Amino acid sequence: MTPPKIRMQGLTKAFGERGKRVVALDDFTLSVADGEFVCLVGPSGCGKTTALRIVAGLETADSGTLEVAPGADRKQPQNAMVFQEHGLFPWMTVVDNVAYGLEMRGVRKRARREQVEPFLEMIGLARFRHHYPRQLSGGMRQRVSLARAFVADPEILLMDEPFAALDAQNTLMLQDELLRIWEGSRKTVLYVTHGIDEALALGDRIVVMTAQPGRVKAIVPVDFPRPRSAAELRGDPKFGALQLSIWRMLEDEVRAARAQAEA
Amino acid sequence: MRQANQERALAILSPLAALALWQLASNMGLIDQRYVPSPLSIANAGWDLATSGQLVFHIGASLRRLAIGFVLGAVPGILAGIVMGLNRWVRAAVDPLVAALYPIPKLALLPLLMLVFGIGDGSKVVVVAMSVLFLTIINTTAGVVQLDRIYFDVARNYHTPWHKLFLRVILPGALPTIFAGLRISLGVSLVVLVGAEFVASRSGIGYLIWSSWETLMIENMFVGIIVITVLGVLSTFFLQECERLLIPWRRD
Repeated sequence: MTPPKIRMQGLTKAFGERGKRVVALDDFTLSVADGEFVCLVGPSGCGKTTALRIVAGLETADSGTLEVAPGADRKQPQNAMVFQEHGLFPWMTVVDNVAYGLEMRGVRKRARREQVEPFLEMIGLARFRHHYPRQLSGGMRQRVSLARAFVADPEILLMDEPFAALDAQNTLMLQDELLRIWEGSRKTVLYVTHGIDEALALGDRIVVMTAQPGRVKAIVPVDFPRPRSAAELRGDPKFGALQLSIWRMLEDEVRAARAQAEA
Repeated sequence: MRQANQERALAILSPLAALALWQLASNMGLIDQRYVPSPLSIANAGWDLATSGQLVFHIGASLRRLAIGFVLGAVPGILAGIVMGLNRWVRAAVDPLVAALYPIPKLALLPLLMLVFGIGDGSKVVVVAMSVLFLTIINTTAGVVQLDRIYFDVARNYHTPWHKLFLRVILPGALPTIFAGLRISLGVSLVVLVGAEFVASRSGIGYLIWSSWETLMIENMFVGIIVITVLGVLSTFFLQECERLLIPWRRD
């Protein structure tokens, strides 16, 4: 059996000074298999982004162990993260933003442009390669963000609510777009969202988290066949049933989170 | 389009009309030519100053001091501002110094600077540099502090080496605010430079204005005022062009 691509064991993380200490993540344990698409769902402030940032190396856990892509050769970047809106550099053109990971690895300009080209085609922004982010719509910008992460060709992809700032129609289109790009590489993905429908449309498994401090409450396998269409899935009766059952699990947690916020 | 052209024509015509009116008023004796000479006599004086080579000499002296002083103030100001923007310990240590030194009218330091740097160009260059330095530090620091945290996250996520972090993320991110500081600095430098040249110089536009007043060559004084104004407009334009080239992502 191949070892898991991501193994999080008892991850705990607290923020703040003594007295006002907030435990964001408490004994969080989860393994993600190679090529698996796993979605973290939970109420706001449940530590799902913290978990993602720990895996990304942007935060360090107070305790617990983390293993990413064991035995991988280190030439490939370990991870690439797709951030929420504003993750693009406003001072770089589309091409330079997409090629950022390559540039930081010392890939020469010519080679960068060549490697980026198919991805620009894939996201349908080849025509906009010399545009700056502010000249693009929100949906286009997040397509650029996706391309930047895929071009870097990392062992695993991390996504932090990449479509949260988009309107419903654009979100649906971007989800399909993401699925299409992802089918081409089948990379391991850890995806944070607060949309149950989004998690159902994208993921192989959904990890439902508790309100603060964040723990794993339940893991729901999603076995819609792939390749999927995020839009068509929504017409599937099983989709609605799953959505409701996950909401039932989440409801108490959302109430708990609200009570914490109002306390 | 047509409306834009009409507006442009009006923008050129109205100052010309004002000049004509001024000339007319002078000719009719409505303005005392001893204090305010007519545009034509100023133009005459300007021509004489230009052909005798004096004007080029004075402009050259002022421009040299302005350029050297500006660069000597701006470059260290930007570097110090970036370090302060990135490191809150440095900021905590240096902020009070900047806050204390910034409000000093730099011209007040001119006598001291002349003691240290001599009566030549040195003291004028330094007084300009000092006026630019603090404004640049303050604006650059603000520009770096205001940088969205997410850019640093992205940079870290893609293992950005520190020199790339500086050149590709921090500097371009802070550049618009840095340029705002440079624009203000330019205006202040001109004021300070002319002031310094009034009292402590044998050359430069400030000297031309002051010495003309002392010898009651009022036309020459006006030539000096006009030249320093044009210098201000041109250097502002130059800075704007630099900004346009260096910050293309802000262009429409």
